[in-house]
Amino acid sequence: MSEPLLVITGLAKSFGGVRAIDGVDLTVEPGEVHAVIGPNGAGKTTLISQLSGLLAPDDGTIRFAGRDITRLAAHRRAPAGLARSFQITSLLTGMTVLDNVALAVQARQGHSFRFWRPAAGDRGLRDPALAALEQVGIAGRADIIVGALSHGERRQLEIAMALASRPRLLLLDEPMAGMGPEESARMIDILKGLKGTAAMLLVEHDMDAVFALADRISVLVYGKVIASGLPADIRANDAVRRAYLGEE
Amino acid sequence: MSPAPATSTFSRLRAAGPGNLGGVVVLALLLVLPLAAWWTGQKFYLDFATRITILAIVATSLNFILGYGGLISFGHAAFVGIGAYCVGIPAYYDLASGFVHIPLAIAASALFALVTGAISLRTRGVYFIMITMAFAQMAYYLFLSLDEYGGNDGLTIYSRSVLPPFNLEQRPQLFLLAYVSLVVVLALKHRFVNSRFGMVLRGARANETRMIAIGFNTYAYRLAAYVIAGAIAGYGGALLGNFTNFITPDMMSWTRSGDLMFMVILGGAGSLFGPVMGAVAILLLEEYLARLTVYWQLPFGLLLIATVLYQRGGLNGLIERLGGRK
Amino acid sequence: MDTGLLVIQTLNGLQLGVLLFLLAAGLTLVFGIMDFVNLAHGSIYMLGAFIAASLTRLSDSFVLGVVLALPVVAIVGLVLERVVIRPLYARDHLDHVLATFGLLLAIDTLAHMIWGPEGISVLLPEWLRGQVEVLPGVIFPTYRLVIISSGLIIAVLLYWLVNHTRLGMLIRAGASNRTMVSALGINIDLLFTGVFAIGAVLAGLAGMLIAPITEAAIGMGNDIIITAFVVIIVGGIGSMKGAFIAAMLIGLIDTLGRSYLDGILKAFMPLTAAETAAPALSAMLIYILMAAILALRPQGLFPPRTR
Repeated sequence: MSEPLLVITGLAKSFGGVRAIDGVDLTVEPGEVHAVIGPNGAGKTTLISQLSGLLAPDDGTIRFAGRDITRLAAHRRAPAGLARSFQITSLLTGMTVLDNVALAVQARQGHSFRFWRPAAGDRGLRDPALAALEQVGIAGRADIIVGALSHGERRQLEIAMALASRPRLLLLDEPMAGMGPEESARMIDILKGLKGTAAMLLVEHDMDAVFALADRISVLVYGKVIASGLPADIRANDAVRRAYLGEE
Repeated sequence: MSPAPATSTFSRLRAAGPGNLGGVVVLALLLVLPLAAWWTGQKFYLDFATRITILAIVATSLNFILGYGGLISFGHAAFVGIGAYCVGIPAYYDLASGFVHIPLAIAASALFALVTGAISLRTRGVYFIMITMAFAQMAYYLFLSLDEYGGNDGLTIYSRSVLPPFNLEQRPQLFLLAYVSLVVVLALKHRFVNSRFGMVLRGARANETRMIAIGFNTYAYRLAAYVIAGAIAGYGGALLGNFTNFITPDMMSWTRSGDLMFMVILGGAGSLFGPVMGAVAILLLEEYLARLTVYWQLPFGLLLIATVLYQRGGLNGLIERLGGRK
Repeated sequence: MDTGLLVIQTLNGLQLGVLLFLLAAGLTLVFGIMDFVNLAHGSIYMLGAFIAASLTRLSDSFVLGVVLALPVVAIVGLVLERVVIRPLYARDHLDHVLATFGLLLAIDTLAHMIWGPEGISVLLPEWLRGQVEVLPGVIFPTYRLVIISSGLIIAVLLYWLVNHTRLGMLIRAGASNRTMVSALGINIDLLFTGVFAIGAVLAGLAGMLIAPITEAAIGMGNDIIITAFVVIIVGGIGSMKGAFIAAMLIGLIDTLGRSYLDGILKAFMPLTAAETAAPALSAMLIYILMAAILALRPQGLFPPRTR
């Protein structure tokens, strides 16, 4: 069997005296949705930040598509096929929805040291951008400045921007955060629709989403993976119930 | 992205916005009035307009990195000074050809921008502001210490750059060279900020983390923008050196950078014609306030404080508001 | 090697270092606590010099002039903080820089209006005008030694203030967690005003100390403020310890560099080249140092712990 798409081995990161990530092993197969759940402060965002290159691990390795990317510069990860959405929406303020996604498309295409032709008229950027917006369902809001979007729309835009990089692996940091039931259901549908186009490492609190989407689940508590496997097995796992799902 | 381009000239003009229209008017007046005055024998206005035009070129280059790129460079005057000395020093050695002066000014400023930018751009926020100031001060002290080229007393050049087919000794020709350069620089800025490169710069200003996450090496783009802006400012410096015939290290002191910054902000940072309006406004103010009182920098300083506190969009923003745009 | 000259230049370097520290301490304190960049800090330095000069003339005593000038400068600082600085805390750094640049122009012009365009000299009392034999055969002006000692005493006082008093605790706490400090019921407005006033007094004092040597003059703060910025960049913005060490380092390197660089260059360069390069290089020396340090540690030598 070929190597999984993402292989994390012995990852560790400390802040001051606190071991935020304490020896994490994790894999993601091509095309699968691997959810990471755990209580607050378990280290989930720290994990994503190390995968996206914004934080350097103290120890351990990260291999992606057969390549060691542990020390790869952050701006080289999206072109390598690893795209991320942010837990707290991090969009290009003051610019339109379309501009936001078009920049993600532009990053993928390269050729950004072009000084003459207006980017706005470039169909090579517009068309893929609109397509990504279609996939998440906000193509109608293309010309709106991001400041005017609703919370749910912003989260949809987050996904669209990650998609525009045509990633092989999507790092989704709590895509449901702050969403009401309707918006969550819509987001779950969007993500379901994406299954197959890219693998996903889904960090989430929303258990409905997790069990609706995940092919495998890993449970992160105090920086360690205490259990990992199929959703049904995780649901039944005693250690997990005690540590995280609580007294059911 | 804007909707499909308007077809009739009128609707295209309307789409341009009151700020840009105002800017075009200012630009037109800047050409017509001084030439008319000169034609009727009044040389002063032509000289005044030449100074305004040259400073507008420099302010435009600063606007490119400040208004669109969000880089608060408080050392921009250094490029002006370097450009000016690239006219003065060769002239000192009887090398008068403009075809040497101008490329040298552009290259020297670009090089200075590359080296100092490479270091400065690794820092953020306040650090960046202070470091750019420090590098400009370094250039100031460097030229101050060169006694051979006048040091504090400055360097006089007795004839302007020889640049056929122009004869820069003729006032209107220097003015026209400066004016055409301004129009070209404005056109370039307009193209640059809307190009792929410009979009990256604007995105990096809006949210750098995001831009890195989608795959842009923001440092490289910012450095490129910084070098381009420095080169253009250096060109402006070469023109300024020609205009004043007298070059001193003061041209690159950090307080001059402050004046340039004031022009950009007062005119409206991040707008196309803002720097032009800012240059016009500041120089007019300086000229007329100075006639009223020797203490003109006091109301000047208070005006700057007031602009910062109450009208951050500058003149361009004010015109947009008056013209009905939000 | 002329040890006498070395000792003198080292002491001169320490004197410059002490002045830079007084300026840098105020800057770094204000930036560390209030996140505020004050370009007009050099103008307060200038005001200190002028106010002390006037009061010295009025009272015929330099010491009295300084003692009276200090509270005046504190009041100036208080007023500036309430009127101009406070509305700017909520704004971004560009706004701070622009507004304080405007303030600098305004203050420099006001000084021009009040004291005229010429500088004002400050006469030292008899007992400070002498010289001291610091080493056999090596004499050094008494007053410069006074400057060095005053500066070092103030450094010790500041260290004690920041590390061993309640105010210092508030200052350090404010630096790391503003909202918590105000949640504890401490009046943040008062704290900020106080910190700004302390910074102003330090800057003013530096101006007063140097005035007998250089004269109180319009715009005297505009060049040294940049050097003070270099000090806090090298030391780490927000760190008192960094400000002290960097100030001493820069004071020494600048002074010793100017004295000895041409000698050093002549050792391995042709004479004429060394003679042209030396003044230029020594003028740029501290900036090259700054660039080198930043290349290795962009946050400075002793950056305060993350806020």
